[in-house]
Amino acid sequence: MNAPAASDALIELRGITKTYGQGPAAFQALRGIDLSIAAGEFVAVMGPSGSGKSTVMNIVGCLDTPTTGEYLFRGIHVEKLQRNQRALLRRHSLGFVFQGFNLLARTSAQENVELPLLYRGEEAAARHAAARAALAQVGLAGWESHTPAELSGGQQQRVAIARAIVTRPLVLLADEPTGNLDSRRGHEIMDLLVQLNREQGITVVMVTHEADMAAYASRCVHFVDGLVDIDESRAQRPAGVSRQEGPTC
Amino acid sequence: MLINALLLALREIRRNLLRSFLTVLGIVIGVAAVITMVTLGNGATQMVSDQISSLGSNLLVLRPGQRMGPGRDTAGSPNFKKSDLEAIRTQVNGLEVVAPVAGSSATLVAGNNNWSATINGTTNDYLFAGNWKIGAGREFQDDEERAGKAVCIIGATVRRELFGSRNPLGDEIRVKTFSCQVVGLLAAKGQGAMGMDQDDIVLMPLATVQRRLTGNPDVPTALISLKDNAEPAAVMAQIRSLLRERRKLAENEADNFTVMDTKQIAETLSGTIRTMTGLLGAVAAVSLLVGGIGIMNIMLVSVTERTREIGIRLAIGALEHEVLLQFLIEAVVLSAFGGLVGMVLAFVACFGLSSLLGMPFLFNPGINLLAFGFSAAIGVIFGFVPARRAAQLDPIVALRHE
Ligand SMILES: Nc1ncnc2c1ncn2[C@@H]1O[C@H](COP(=O)(O)OP(=O)(O)O)[C@@H](O)[C@H]1O
Ligand SMILES: [Mg+2]
Repeated sequence: MNAPAASDALIELRGITKTYGQGPAAFQALRGIDLSIAAGEFVAVMGPSGSGKSTVMNIVGCLDTPTTGEYLFRGIHVEKLQRNQRALLRRHSLGFVFQGFNLLARTSAQENVELPLLYRGEEAAARHAAARAALAQVGLAGWESHTPAELSGGQQQRVAIARAIVTRPLVLLADEPTGNLDSRRGHEIMDLLVQLNREQGITVVMVTHEADMAAYASRCVHFVDGLVDIDESRAQRPAGVSRQEGPTC
Repeated sequence: MLINALLLALREIRRNLLRSFLTVLGIVIGVAAVITMVTLGNGATQMVSDQISSLGSNLLVLRPGQRMGPGRDTAGSPNFKKSDLEAIRTQVNGLEVVAPVAGSSATLVAGNNNWSATINGTTNDYLFAGNWKIGAGREFQDDEERAGKAVCIIGATVRRELFGSRNPLGDEIRVKTFSCQVVGLLAAKGQGAMGMDQDDIVLMPLATVQRRLTGNPDVPTALISLKDNAEPAAVMAQIRSLLRERRKLAENEADNFTVMDTKQIAETLSGTIRTMTGLLGAVAAVSLLVGGIGIMNIMLVSVTERTREIGIRLAIGALEHEVLLQFLIEAVVLSAFGGLVGMVLAFVACFGLSSLLGMPFLFNPGINLLAFGFSAAIGVIFGFVPARRAAQLDPIVALRHE
């Protein structure tokens, strides 16, 4: 275990719980998560369906609030922030790739990718250029004017990734980014994530249930029933190695 | 930020053209209907009072029976005699003219044309009382009135139907068994109250009509025009007591004739039209409401999609008030646009219908503002309130909305 010291952690979860519903119908999806992620890591989150992976991603992505526990982002107590402060955190530091894409319908790929820049108040020319570059980076050069309905699932997934990385976030959070892709496309996406992680220093946290995708990560966190089961770092192993090597968690 | 929100709102309007169109349509219909109905109603009321005043100001109408209008009780209410009118003229103060009217409908024939019109047997005083001008030719001469000669003065409609554009002066018109010579043309007045054509009229000397058409010396109606400074109520009282005496009514008997002021007639008619305007306005208000419900419907149907959209925007870093501003601008732009189109449409419709119906077009700023304000409020409220609810959710909750 090579967990970084709490002080230089980018993301630190302390005793995070999340309970859905109330009274007898209440369901505890997270039962006390302690997790610390350092800048520059590439973390794969694995675990059976319903184990709380998406729930924890949403909390880390500031889309949802924990029921109890502390969440520190660069030492800031996120659970104490106002709604708008959390929105600004999402705007400036986080990129989120949803399990279900969540692109704006009837809106071109270009405009979808430009949207986060628009809220950042960037100039039109800079927006256009950055969105074009991000789309090219995910292999969608030439598809700028297509709307989600005119794109395949894999292409939509890549538009969603382009939207998440166009702002050059500190952290890229991806919830099953390859879940809708065939394995060739899946590996292309993984190569892209590895490249973003290595070359741009973006911290990547990715949920996957496919072992050969998890193999690209430098660290693997395994969830079972709302708790961290195994947390295994593989810093020594070069990321992006052949999938034959197989996952270790 | 305002520019950004405006940009986003306009983009969203363009992107959802059908939804935008339906929203605007609801507003357009509501606004246009209310404004058109009320404006036309105002025009109709105005037209009636114009028509009545074109009859001549300070005019009294004298008729046998107890009431004006349909269902008039004429049993035991004999017509007037020429001597009754003579008595009124000489004994009542403050009168300008007293014009007897004996009317009859007949078919007129000239050459190959024929036409049915009302023939009024009267005197030149009728022209003064009815505010008529001679367009061509002349009035009746004294000897024609006295002797009941077969001469006539015709209205513009009769002239058109019988003679086309030909000059009819000096020509003969056949009426039943006799021919009469056209000696004058009345200047056209246009459409009268309730759409009746005032120019569809033929005037003949009273004696001519009495002898050749009605066959009796009665005078069923008289138009009495007052001097400007005369007090209508006082004059009417004088006429009333004079006629009661001449018709030998006992103290306990009711009047068997009616004297009515044209102002009274105008007020009765205007009152009726105002009621109708109110009714039309109510119908229009319902259409405004229906338009409003249409808007609500569209907004509510799209709430799921819009809630998810808001979730997406929040998730990628939009602030609550930025999203709200965008939706507010969207609602305001659509509502204002719909309201403006509705107002323009109503303006065009009112203008067209008014000239078609020969009514004055009275632009009513109040109803324009009211209709615009109401529909804009509906548009803004129903565009904005669901958005506000969505923007207050956690992004993940908004995204999961079903
Ligand atoms: N909004 C919600 N309301 C109620 N229960 C939920 C909600 N979201 C998730 N859950 C429950 O929480 C558990 C964890 O869900 P999730 O984090 O989506 O799992 P995973 O992504 O690992 O498959 C599941 O049992 C799921 O049914
Ligand atoms: Mg999940």
